[in-house]
Parts: sequence; C-alpha cells; structure tokens
Amino acid sequence: MALLQVKGLTKKFGGLTAVDSLSFEAREGETLCIIGPNGAGKTTVFNLITGFDRPTRGEIDFEGRSLVGRKPHEIALAGIGRTFQIVRPLRGLTVFENILVGAFARTDDRGEAGRVAESTLAFTGLAHLRDARAVSLPIAMRKRLELARSLATRPKLVLLDEVMAGLNPTEGKEAIDLIKKLGSERGVTAVAGVEHVMHVVMSVSDRVIVLNHGRKIAEGKPGEVASDRDVITAYLGE
Amino acid sequence: MKKALKISLPLLAVFLLAAPFVLQARYAQHVLILILLYVALGSAWNILGGFAGQLSLGHAAFFGVGAYSSAIIASKSTLSPWLGLVVGPVVVLPVALVVGWACFRLRGPYFTLATIAIGEMARLVALNWRDVTGGAVGIVIRPSVFSGTDKVPYYYIILAIAAVTVTLCYRISRGKLGYFLMAVREDEATAESIGIDTSGYKLRALAISAGITALAGAFYANYFLFVDPAIVLPLALSVEIVLMSIIGGLGTVSGPVLGAVLLKLSSEIFRNYFKDASLLIYGTLLIIVIIFIPGGLTGGLKKLPGLRPVRRLRAALARR
Repeated sequence: MALLQVKGLTKKFGGLTAVDSLSFEAREGETLCIIGPNGAGKTTVFNLITGFDRPTRGEIDFEGRSLVGRKPHEIALAGIGRTFQIVRPLRGLTVFENILVGAFARTDDRGEAGRVAESTLAFTGLAHLRDARAVSLPIAMRKRLELARSLATRPKLVLLDEVMAGLNPTEGKEAIDLIKKLGSERGVTAVAGVEHVMHVVMSVSDRVIVLNHGRKIAEGKPGEVASDRDVITAYLGE
Repeated sequence: MKKALKISLPLLAVFLLAAPFVLQARYAQHVLILILLYVALGSAWNILGGFAGQLSLGHAAFFGVGAYSSAIIASKSTLSPWLGLVVGPVVVLPVALVVGWACFRLRGPYFTLATIAIGEMARLVALNWRDVTGGAVGIVIRPSVFSGTDKVPYYYIILAIAAVTVTLCYRISRGKLGYFLMAVREDEATAESIGIDTSGYKLRALAISAGITALAGAFYANYFLFVDPAIVLPLALSVEIVLMSIIGGLGTVSGPVLGAVLLKLSSEIFRNYFKDASLLIYGTLLIIVIIFIPGGLTGGLKKLPGLRPVRRLRAALARR
C-alpha cells in the first residue's frame, strides 16, 4: 500500500520550474531513493512534502490524507520526519538534548521522552557523544544527529535529504548501514535523496526514481535504472 | 552540585524568611524588596528572551499595564488597588496576544525593534489618555490593607511572587515547554520539522512572561503608591530588565536571580557612595562583565574563564 502518494506535483519559482508534474509513491516499509544531479529538484520535493514550501500545483497524500496547505509541524506530527541537506542542529544543546526535543513531540512526560531519546541515541550509534554540544560535532555525526532527532519523533516516513554529501567512504558505509536498519529494525519507510553515488543507491534502495530538471526520467529497480539510456545521458551528457 | 543545592536551598529559604527581622533598617528592607521585584521581572523576561530567544525590549509596556491597572482601580473606584494583582495579568493577556501577532512575524533584531516601538506606544498612550491615566501628572494611590509605611508585609508579598516565578522557571526549564522554547531559539525550521508549533510556543512564552511582568507592575504600584509614564513605562526599565538576564546568564534559571541581586545591590551602593558618578561606574562595570564574561555570571562560574577573556580581548584587538 502506498504510504505517500504524490500526483502531478509542480513548483515554479518565478520563471524556473523546479519540479515539473512529478508523480510517485512510497510504499510502506520500503527504501526509495530519489537520485538526480545537483539542481534536479530533490530538495524542493522534500520541502513541498514537509510543508516548508507550497506547491504551485499537484497533490500530496499521506495515509490517504492531503498534506497540501498544512504547516510543517502538523506534517511532522502526522508522521513524516525529515533531515536537512545543510544540517541544522540545535547548536547550543547537547546531542542528547537535541534528540530529547524530538522525543517530546509525542509525549509530555520527561521520563518517557528520556527513554525514547536514550534508545534512539543507541540505535543511531551516538551514545558516546551523548553530552557533547551539537555545534562541536564533525559533519558525519551532525548528519547522524539530524536523523536521530527526526527518529525520536517516531515517524512512519523519513525524508533524508542528501544522505551521502560530505561523507568519506567509511562514513558513507556507516550511513548506509543505518538507513538499512531503519526499515529492517524500525519498520520506517525512507525516502532518501542522493546526488550520484551509484553503489550506494544499489545497496540501499528497493526502488529508485531519477529526477532531472524537476522531471522524473526513470523509475524502477536499481539495476534497471542504472542501465537506462536517459539516466546515463542525464549524468554523462549526450 | 545537587547535594550543595539540597543544603543551600533551605538555608536560603530561612534567610529570606527571617531577613526583615534581621535587617530592621527600613532602607535595607527597601533594597531587599527592590531586589526581589527585579528577580521576578528578570526571570519573567528570561522565559521569553532567554529560553525562547525572543529579545524583547518592550517589557515596560506589560509592567505599565499591571501598574496602571492597580492605579486606575484605586482612582476610579472604591475597590482595593491590590485587585490589580489579578486584573493586571488578565488585562495584559490580550495586549500580549496583539504584540505577539504584530511582532513574531519579525525575526532577530527586527523583532527587538518592534518591541521597542510597542513599549513607546504604551508610554504615549499613558501620557495622552489623561481621563484615565492622569497623563504626565500620574496617579497617587491611597494605601490599602497595609499602612504603606511598614515594609514587612510588602517584603513577604514580593518574596512570594519572586519565589513562585523562579520555581515556575525551574519547572519550565526541566520540562517539555523549556526544551521546545530552546529549540525555537536555536533553529525555527528544525523546531517545525520535529513537530513544534513555533508560533504557538512563542505566544505561550510571551503570555507567561507578560503575565508575571504585569503582576510585578501591580505590586509596584501598591508599594510605591504612585505611577506616572516616566516611572513605570520608560525604555530604561525595559533595558534594565534585560540586563538582569544578560549579566546573570541568558536562558538559565539562576542567571536573572544573580543578575538582579548584583545589579540592584551595586546600583544602590554606588548611588550612596559616589553620588552623581555612580552611573558612570555602573556602566563601566556592565561593559567589563559583557566583554569578559559573555555567557553571564552563571556561564562564567561554571567553567572559570581563566585565560579565555585575555585571549578574547587580544583577538578583538587584533581584528582592529
């Protein structure tokens, strides 16, 4: 069943069409990768789904209910978490407090929020940095903290914007392992935006959508998409 | 740390409860009352300015609403001006909602500028709405319930207000509201992305902050028995409230308390010993604290600054 259904989504910024009649769905429990070169419109799609931008046209349904026109915090409470491409930690707070704030989204009780935060800390492998200030973390850990904070709100779907950007191969491998665990251990559906790292896409995703200039140019299993002529053209040129 | 608190808190409580009997000089009692008034004001401001990061320079408006509530009750009716303690916070809520609606769409320095405008508007209204406020002449209040000469009852009332306010701040800082306000302060987009209604929580912080400030204003009117726009609605009052938190430590529970004690005590001492030069010394002290202990006294005391201020100064000079 489709958890998230996007139909004819269009976003124009003045004369630029950032997203053009995009339709796709994310099914329950799967990991869907949206890939595309820089400027293809991935971040805009995420901003439209999470209410940070309003679509010019089109529909976005989550569990059968429309998200268009709803505020970002309402969409978060509906069960969609997100990370930001340019990470936005709560800088003055510690790693634990960052996650704790997320956990408070679902409870008023400090004890319960604390337990959720501790388990999320362990799940994301940040326990050793528990009391470090978020501002002091290196980029790979900041990215992980983005995901942890979002997971603490107990989302059904997480949108991961540029999961691999800025990571070295070892860190990238760790990020992939974590994304795999999302589905297998937590049953969280993930939509991940990735610029180009193809082997990442192969190993982590159930399905792949390829965006170019705001349009979907291919969709399918990782293997099918990788050999698609349009996709190769988009990345390598004519 | 926790153990130290467990011992020192009851000691502090005993000291505060016994203070008016130990310090029988009326001037000393007056200074204590002033300090406690500013503990309440600084702590209330800190909920909005420190925790939620919305630096308001218009809190005199809320203080004035509370003070004038008491004064107008006294001048226009036969009721006790102490009723202002209830009426002030109630009247200030719609005012705070309008202020929030108008100012929260602005961020950072623009928000602060807008709150300055709000404070000035309140002052001009009080100055010109003569039928009700008495204009520049102000309103003299007849003492009610207490004689107005014995300071002890006033001391205990403001002690209660300050204690409740600080306790409330402590509770807020430990719970969901405090963490959500800090998230709003650190990054509004992030806060929204994890389900925090940023406008709603900013309004809540403003309402609580304004309510306590109005309560303190109503107490002030009953204590001083006189209000006029220059006393209860000046920009200088808004600035003074903010300084308590900044000197003591923004966004901490003990910061505004420490700040109020230090600033009020030093301004009284300087006034007594240095007469007209006191403001100069007061100002110099402020500058020194802000340069050398930028995190406020609580931040500075936690990790003793050591060489950091020297390094900071050197860096600041090198940038020239």
